[in-house]
Amino acid sequence: MERIYLDNSAASRVDAGVLEAMLPYFTAKYGNASSLHMFGAEAKDAMEAARTQAAALINAKPEEIIFTSGGTESDNLAIKGIAAAKCGKGDHIITTNIEHPAVLEPCRYLERLGYKVTYARVGSDGIVDANEVAKAITDKTILISVMHANNEIGTIQPVEEIGKIARERGITFHTDAVQTAGKIPVDVEKLGVSLLSISAHKLHGPKGAGILYVREGTPLEPLLHGGGHENGLRSGTENIPGIVGTGKACEVAKRDLVANAAHMLKLRDRLIGGLLTLDEAHLNGSRERRLPNNANIRFLGIEGEALVLLLGEKGIAASTGSACSSKKLQASHVLLALGLPEWQTHGSLRLTLSKYTTAEEIDRALAEIPPAVARLRAMSPVWKKLKAGEKIGHVKEKGHAHMG
Amino acid sequence: MAGYTDKVMEHFRNPRNMGELKEPDGVGEVGNPACGDVMSMMIKVKDGRIADIKFQTFGCAAAIATSSMITELAKGKTLEEALKLTRTDVAEQLGGLPPIKMHCSNLAADALHAAITDYLERHKR
Repeated sequence: MERIYLDNSAASRVDAGVLEAMLPYFTAKYGNASSLHMFGAEAKDAMEAARTQAAALINAKPEEIIFTSGGTESDNLAIKGIAAAKCGKGDHIITTNIEHPAVLEPCRYLERLGYKVTYARVGSDGIVDANEVAKAITDKTILISVMHANNEIGTIQPVEEIGKIARERGITFHTDAVQTAGKIPVDVEKLGVSLLSISAHKLHGPKGAGILYVREGTPLEPLLHGGGHENGLRSGTENIPGIVGTGKACEVAKRDLVANAAHMLKLRDRLIGGLLTLDEAHLNGSRERRLPNNANIRFLGIEGEALVLLLGEKGIAASTGSACSSKKLQASHVLLALGLPEWQTHGSLRLTLSKYTTAEEIDRALAEIPPAVARLRAMSPVWKKLKAGEKIGHVKEKGHAHMG
Repeated sequence: MAGYTDKVMEHFRNPRNMGELKEPDGVGEVGNPACGDVMSMMIKVKDGRIADIKFQTFGCAAAIATSSMITELAKGKTLEEALKLTRTDVAEQLGGLPPIKMHCSNLAADALHAAITDYLERHKR
């Protein structure tokens, strides 16, 4: 059975050119970039070339690129690094209620240290209102962090608009661009950001590597203190193969951006269009302001983990925001932020495409998903009630009760 | 996948006794759609034994597999024996469940007990 990978927002396949670029840095050019000899020099040269490639993708200067271990570290460095650098100058941060945990958890950590955080709420379309962010600004606000596009539902946020507001008010602005880099244009000047996070493995680069863009003149404290690597912002011997792969992935992404986006958009629309013909299937998040590679549909009356496992049996790799699939057994905070009733958040399916996704794969997904949904609905008492026109939300307990 | 045993996956793929009974003697329903698990159990009782049993479940693979398993365990048993079946019995017969699923997705025994209680209440003299 041919496997179909539709979980590219979780991890993506390393581009062949990226792998090829990385390989010499494991077994031949394995020096430490800080060393004075020729092994060190070739590592350093490769790292600086990668910095230039990464900067070009986002219209930054090479010296504004800090290599990290990935999106989570980049987000942590941006948020905690600004909080530490602005210590005493303010204690308020603004973000949204649909951020990735790599942003939300550092914010909650800072709250425990005494900082105040405003979580601006998105509308039912999964998009935050820039005015809500503007209204939350106080004279104590030190940082605004709003993701470029959401990782679950793919909604593109008004970052450019918020960037203008942040600039006018002189507030440092960070965006998590992990899901947008390589999918839509990301330009730090147009977006008006001072900090921007990218993860290499979401754009056909290696895992364990990422970037934090830090605009020249932005005060930032490091998370990792040590030998002073990366301009003192990220100590630790540089992951040269990872950095070379990140640079190459950025170069390839920039080169093929327009063609890849058009390819994914066409297939995504075919996928969404096909799935929305099913009974009680609804798109989560705005259809218009949406990443070209994201489809997130909720099928009422079924549970997402069961659907993902059934699709797995058919060779289709997908994901869900269902509570049952999460480590904490909590419904996705993103789906709840849309204002959906809790019972509807369980049946969501996320399908995320890449440049490698083919029309044949989408057609096979469109052939396999409807029977899987039908099969789970056939055994669902919730679906039965829904079709009988009964109100969902309360189960009338019969016999002795147990509320799960 | 998802930390499930082969037995859980087998019952998830091929659930036994799934569906509804015409004119059931007892019906039990437990769970909460907001929590992502609802189990409905129907029984036919003959000579004090569970002659037939069917389930319907809204929930994850563990919820479906535990429902399927309890119908196999309960079928043919006396009501007294069936009332003694526990969540632990179901989990053991499935070769174990991931710890996090032990509570929320393991309501099958409760649903069976609810169906039996319903039967007993209907047949009070």
